[in-house]
Amino acid sequence: MKTARVAYAGAVHTATPHAQGLQLADGRVLAEDQVTWLAPFEVGTIIALGLNYADHVKELAKELTVTTKDEPLVFLKGPGSVVGHRGLTRRPEGVQFMHYECELAVVIGRTASKVKAANALAHVAGYTVCNDYAIRDYLENWYRPNLRVKNRDAGTVLGPWFVDAADVPDPHDLKLRTLVNGEIRQQGHTGNMVNDIPALIEYLSDFMTLCAGDVILTGTPEGVVNVNTGDEVVCEIDGIGRLINTIAGDAEFGVRA
Amino acid sequence: MALPEIDFPFAPHRLSGVVYGCLLNHRPALEAIGEAANATPYKGAPKAPVLYVKPRNTLAGDGATVRVPAGTMALELGAALGLVIGRTACRVNEAQALEYVAGGCIVADVCVPHDSFYRPSVRLRARDGFCPIGPVVRRLSQPDALSVKVWVDGQLVHETTTGDRVRHAARLLADVSAFMTLSPGDVLMLGVSHGAPQIGADQSAAIEIDGLGRLALRFAAEEARA
Repeated sequence: MKTARVAYAGAVHTATPHAQGLQLADGRVLAEDQVTWLAPFEVGTIIALGLNYADHVKELAKELTVTTKDEPLVFLKGPGSVVGHRGLTRRPEGVQFMHYECELAVVIGRTASKVKAANALAHVAGYTVCNDYAIRDYLENWYRPNLRVKNRDAGTVLGPWFVDAADVPDPHDLKLRTLVNGEIRQQGHTGNMVNDIPALIEYLSDFMTLCAGDVILTGTPEGVVNVNTGDEVVCEIDGIGRLINTIAGDAEFGVRA
Repeated sequence: MALPEIDFPFAPHRLSGVVYGCLLNHRPALEAIGEAANATPYKGAPKAPVLYVKPRNTLAGDGATVRVPAGTMALELGAALGLVIGRTACRVNEAQALEYVAGGCIVADVCVPHDSFYRPSVRLRARDGFCPIGPVVRRLSQPDALSVKVWVDGQLVHETTTGDRVRHAARLLADVSAFMTLSPGDVLMLGVSHGAPQIGADQSAAIEIDGLGRLALRFAAEEARA
C-alpha cells in the first residue's frame, strides 16, 4: 500500500496512486499537479546519516578525517526543514556548492528502545524517498555537518509516497538515482550502506527511544553535484517513489540583495 | 513521550517540542578552547551559531530523574536560558528579534561529557530524558543579564549569568532565523554556561534563573536490562 498526504480544495487528504495521478480517500481522482503534496507521514524526530555509503566516503576522502570504521555519523534535523513532493527549495544568491542527496527514508512504526538488529525491522512502518540538501559553502568543523549546511528551510524533501514495509521485501535491494533536468547524476544501491537499517536501529535505539513517525535518513551514495536556480531535481528509488523538487532563487522568497 | 507539564500562562501556551541548543555561545567556553580552535580538526573558530537538536525523546519536566548510563561516572548538567518563540521567526532583524520571543524558561541541557566538538555527538546529547525543561515560561524584560545558579546536593556549585555571550539573545535569534524558521513554542537555548558541574548517580541538582523559578532534578543509574 502506498499513501500520500496532500492538500486539496481546502483540506488535507490521504491519497493513493491512480493511473491518472492520485485518488483521494473520498474517491476524487486528480492529476499530480492539482494538489499540494505534504510529507507523507507526521514527521517526528529526523535522524540523518552522513557517510553511510562506501562509495560516497571514497568520493569525499580528500576532505575527511574519519573512516567508515568509526561510529555511525549521525546528526539531527528539525521539522522546519521539511517540504513535500514538487516543492521549492531556496538556493541563496552567491553560494558555490549546493547539492542534493537521494536517500532511503525509514519511518519508525513501533516504539523502539534497546532493540537488537535481528528484531529491528519489526519496528519499521515503511519507507519513502528523501532529498537531504546541503550547502557546502557553509560547512564548518564544529558539530559537522552543522545545521546551517543541513537544516535549512525546505532542505529536507520527503515523499511522494509512504510505502508500507510489507510491500518492500528487501530494503537493501533497491536502486536509487538522482536526475537533474532529466540527466542522471547520481546512482547507487541500498545494498552498499556501511551501516544497514537493522544496525542503525540497534545503534540509535540503544541511547534514544525511537517513536512512530521518527525517520532515519540512511545516507547517500556518490555523485553529488552542484544544482542551480531553476533546476528540476528528481530523486528516485525503485519501488518507493520519484520525488521532484525545484531549486528557486532569492527573489521567489522575497529576499533582496 | 508526552511534552513536559509547564506553566505557560500566555500565548502560545504550549511548547512545540522542538528544542535547539547552541554550543560555545558562552564566551568563557570558547576562550577555554583557546588556540586549539585554530588547529585540526576545527581550523578556525565557529562563524555561524553551532546548533544542535534536543529531540523529543530527551524532553522531561521539573522533578525528572536523569539516568546516568552504565560506564559513565557523571553527566554534565548545562544550565541554559531557553528562548520560547512566540511568533513565527523567519529572517528577523536583530532590532526586532525579541518581539518574536514569547518568554523564557530554564533548560537543563544534559550530556555525557565530551571534549571533541568535531562531530555532532548525538549519542552523548540526545539520550532519553537529557533535556528537562521548566517549571514555567515567563516573560523576559532583559534576557541577557539574568543570574543562573546550579545547586548539587543542596550546595551552590555554579553561579553565572546569561550575559557574556558570543551572541546575545536578539543576535542569536537573528542569525539562526536567517537560515531556519522557528515556530511558536520552539525553544532556542542561549547556550549553556561554561564550567557546568558534573553529577553522578544518586545525586540531586537544581537550576535557578532569575524570574524563571527552579528546575529540580534527581540523577540515578540507568536500570540494567535483561
